[in-house]
Amino acid sequence: MIELKHVGKVYQARDERHRALDDVSLTIEDGDIFGIIGASGAGKSTLVRHINLLERPTEGRIIIDDKDVTDYQGKELRELRKNIGMIFQNFSLFQQRTVLQNVTFPLEIRGHAKAENIERAHKLLQLVGLDEMWKRYPSELSGGQQQRVAIARALANNPRYMLCDEATSALDSRTTIQVLDLLKRVNRELGVTMVVITHSLDVAQQICNRIAVIDGGVIVEEGLTQDVFANPQSDVTRELLARGKAEPQSTLDMEKEA
Amino acid sequence: MGEFLETYGSLLASGTVDTLVMTCAASFFAYVIGLPLGIWFAVTTPTGLRPNRAINTILGWIINIGRSIPFIILLVAIIPFTRLIVGTSLGVPGAVVPLTVAAAPFVARVVEQSLAEVDSSLIEAAHSFGANNFQIITKVMLRESLPSLVRGVAITFVSLFGYTAMAGTVGAGGLGDIAIRYGYQRYMPDVMLVCIIICVVMVQVFQSAIDWLARHIDKRKH
Repeated sequence: MIELKHVGKVYQARDERHRALDDVSLTIEDGDIFGIIGASGAGKSTLVRHINLLERPTEGRIIIDDKDVTDYQGKELRELRKNIGMIFQNFSLFQQRTVLQNVTFPLEIRGHAKAENIERAHKLLQLVGLDEMWKRYPSELSGGQQQRVAIARALANNPRYMLCDEATSALDSRTTIQVLDLLKRVNRELGVTMVVITHSLDVAQQICNRIAVIDGGVIVEEGLTQDVFANPQSDVTRELLARGKAEPQSTLDMEKEA
Repeated sequence: MGEFLETYGSLLASGTVDTLVMTCAASFFAYVIGLPLGIWFAVTTPTGLRPNRAINTILGWIINIGRSIPFIILLVAIIPFTRLIVGTSLGVPGAVVPLTVAAAPFVARVVEQSLAEVDSSLIEAAHSFGANNFQIITKVMLRESLPSLVRGVAITFVSLFGYTAMAGTVGAGGLGDIAIRYGYQRYMPDVMLVCIIICVVMVQVFQSAIDWLARHIDKRKH
């Protein structure tokens, strides 16, 4: 279980103060696929980076599995991160490593035996359906394939949690569906709890069981996905829903893959 | 032609070897000093792994002062230091010291620029998997920038190659020394021309080899 309690984040640069998060409280239960949706600049990415402490809150506490991790440093922090996989909008694969070496990276930095790492990486690549590509380099793969490799890499340490930061935003709609299906499978079959950051209501609707809507660093609405969609409580959500309907899946996206 | 080679062949051959030894040795020592310095400089920048304004500023000064002293002045200015290190300011050993001192800050800058090219999102990803700073430097920054670092070796090598000619003027030997003593002072254009040809060929061969290597190890699309 991930709990954020009154989390706030203020960036201070010389005389400028920017409040990125304001009194954010959320509870993400084990087994959830929890969506955090909002427009760009709403604070989604900042929020998700607080869960694995890539960002530190200036106020509030972060509690994971009943332990207050807010002030974790050094080895403690690295152990915590082992339990939280992460995937990114632009995949963030290491360009000079093969697909296999990308997946073994999280294992390698823990100093596990090499043969074991390779065996585990092959298993994960089978899971994401890319084992035959293990010798290739990321630049030789399509976007969807790269994200699947990134998912395998994020799962290397058998994490309980996985953070997905706009994981499908750089993908066309057909590939998006494949990647979302894979995330659903990882959630169901491996029991990995997911936090999904997205600006796309489609994505949220397809895989999230709960969603929170964020705007200007504030959570404006939270609840079961179907409830929020059927009966939005805030203006921000209604606006997002209206915009989502006005912009059906662009045909441009489809052409990109063809 | 046969007569020319008989008279100057061994001189030119030993000059070529001296130039190569000076360039290679100085490149090597310049990297021994410049590589860690460049890494240190890169990680202490405000957006680096371990931002440290004071250290970064001091390193920046050292690197810039080192690079702003013209080599021919540095060469004579540090003669006492050169004698202290290798016992002489003459010959190949006497040249390697000032060449190294001149090239180390240059290498530090080249290394820092290569490391700065590494996409910060990769470093963030490595953090998210629980990598420590040392692992991020060795397994992410150095590895991902390897093609660029290799290209930097070529830049360093060619610059040092040029510097060795100046070192030749104060008794270091090598092709630069031969070109000046025979080609210029004794007015022997044939010796001068051969020296120039050897220099051009050596630089071309080295640059092409490094370019090939850098392309070969770079796994990004190109």
